Amino acid sequence: MNYSQAIRPKRGNAILMIGTTKGAFLLTASGARKQWQVSGPHLPGNVVYSAAFDARQGRSRIWLGSMNWAYGTTLRTSDDFGQSWANPESHPIKFPEDTGQALKQIWQIAIGSENEPDTLYCGVEPAALFQSRDGGESWSLVRGLFDHPHRPSWNPGNGGLCLHTVIPHPINPNRTLIAVSAAGVYRTDDGGATWQVKNKGIRADFQPEKYPEFGQCVHKVARHPSRPDRLFLQNHGGLYRSDDGGDTWNDIGNGVPSDFGFPIVMHPHEPDTAYIVPLEQEMRCGPEGKLRVYRTRNAGRSWEPLTRGLPQRGAYETVLRDGMANDQLDPAGIYVGTRSGKLYGSANGGNSWEVILEGLPPIVCVKTGMVEEVGSIRHPVAVSKSRKKAKAKPIARSRKRAA
Amino acid sequence: MVVTFLIPSPLRLFTDATSKVQLEVSATTVGEALEALSVRYPGVRDRVITERGEVREYVNIFVGDENIRDSGGLATPVRDGCEIMIVPSVAGG
Repeated sequence: MNYSQAIRPKRGNAILMIGTTKGAFLLTASGARKQWQVSGPHLPGNVVYSAAFDARQGRSRIWLGSMNWAYGTTLRTSDDFGQSWANPESHPIKFPEDTGQALKQIWQIAIGSENEPDTLYCGVEPAALFQSRDGGESWSLVRGLFDHPHRPSWNPGNGGLCLHTVIPHPINPNRTLIAVSAAGVYRTDDGGATWQVKNKGIRADFQPEKYPEFGQCVHKVARHPSRPDRLFLQNHGGLYRSDDGGDTWNDIGNGVPSDFGFPIVMHPHEPDTAYIVPLEQEMRCGPEGKLRVYRTRNAGRSWEPLTRGLPQRGAYETVLRDGMANDQLDPAGIYVGTRSGKLYGSANGGNSWEVILEGLPPIVCVKTGMVEEVGSIRHPVAVSKSRKKAKAKPIARSRKRAA
Repeated sequence: MVVTFLIPSPLRLFTDATSKVQLEVSATTVGEALEALSVRYPGVRDRVITERGEVREYVNIFVGDENIRDSGGLATPVRDGCEIMIVPSVAGG
């Protein structure tokens, strides 16, 4: 099947950004989410671990973290929903020389809060946080975290020593929470100058000390925008909730077939509702060959399996830490991408599911955005001639037209 | 002196689609020659060299027939008229 060159969403549409080990795919649909328009592969041959959509201040910019196995890791942007992609001459994320580090992978692109409309973050491997305060034109290492005395003792998980979760506070720009595998959760309350470890109550089964100060293999954390001190956490063994911004964590893993898993996603409108995909720990697939999303609607006191439309026989599927996402529509859309290249979606908060796409390369990230403006802005980022029909116009001298 | 760079196709996006770049350089080593190439075509640098100043793991650079990993790395000498080939490793799946 040949997909289109770019998606053409309308105002109020959700878009999906699907990162795979061999490129990215973009999707959009109207509010009913019955028919999906698909485009891709974008950046074919590149590993896309991270994606984000920046709709602040009239933007409609897609960000992708792109790793070429030979030529390194960079950030790519599109202001026209995949019609063309900027390709900066210099890789925007670079470790300063004195750190002795070299970038491997961009695991997370996070859009800053509405009241800091030019702030973005990248969580990377080796574990570090980069920040931009000019809309992504330039990036700098957050030294307060990089120089944290714990950092030399952080150990890599199976995926590498990665900073995979960045959660800016929706109101307080000085407070940001990050998670590292395998170090755990850290939080700054002073805009990144200092970072406090926030692992109190989180288990580390693989260490002699089960509740160490740090070293936990936290897989994902989710925050609800309307109740920002409410956090849910999927651990490498253990499900947790915090109601105090991460100061303390309580085990909420009752009633799930496995408390091991990678992603955790919150309902966009209900702060008591969250979604997980339990995995059997050894094989890292759904227990009993069933792909089941579990949902809590009471903040983790109980969980229910969601199976309608999901394969319940011979489905040895793995969903990675960024392989599940919600949209902002009502009823909420929930999306799950698997390592076998299948994308499932629910347009009713998880009650029932449909296959949206299959036959993709292994899916490593699923991200969403809401289109608020279409074609209203263009930012000073040079645009590539990645497609013959794309109209490219370089604006910034620091970047070059190229695919 | 003049050196000739052979550019792999993904990097030609940054060399005005040129596969062979001849440069007049004052370089004595591969590293210095690459620096001159990067001044002319800045998009090449980060795709060949990491921020630690090392040749990327899956990029090979040959001077003539010799892989510089076996001959002094970026300190490998270059001479007038030599060809420097940049090529990705055979890998993937």
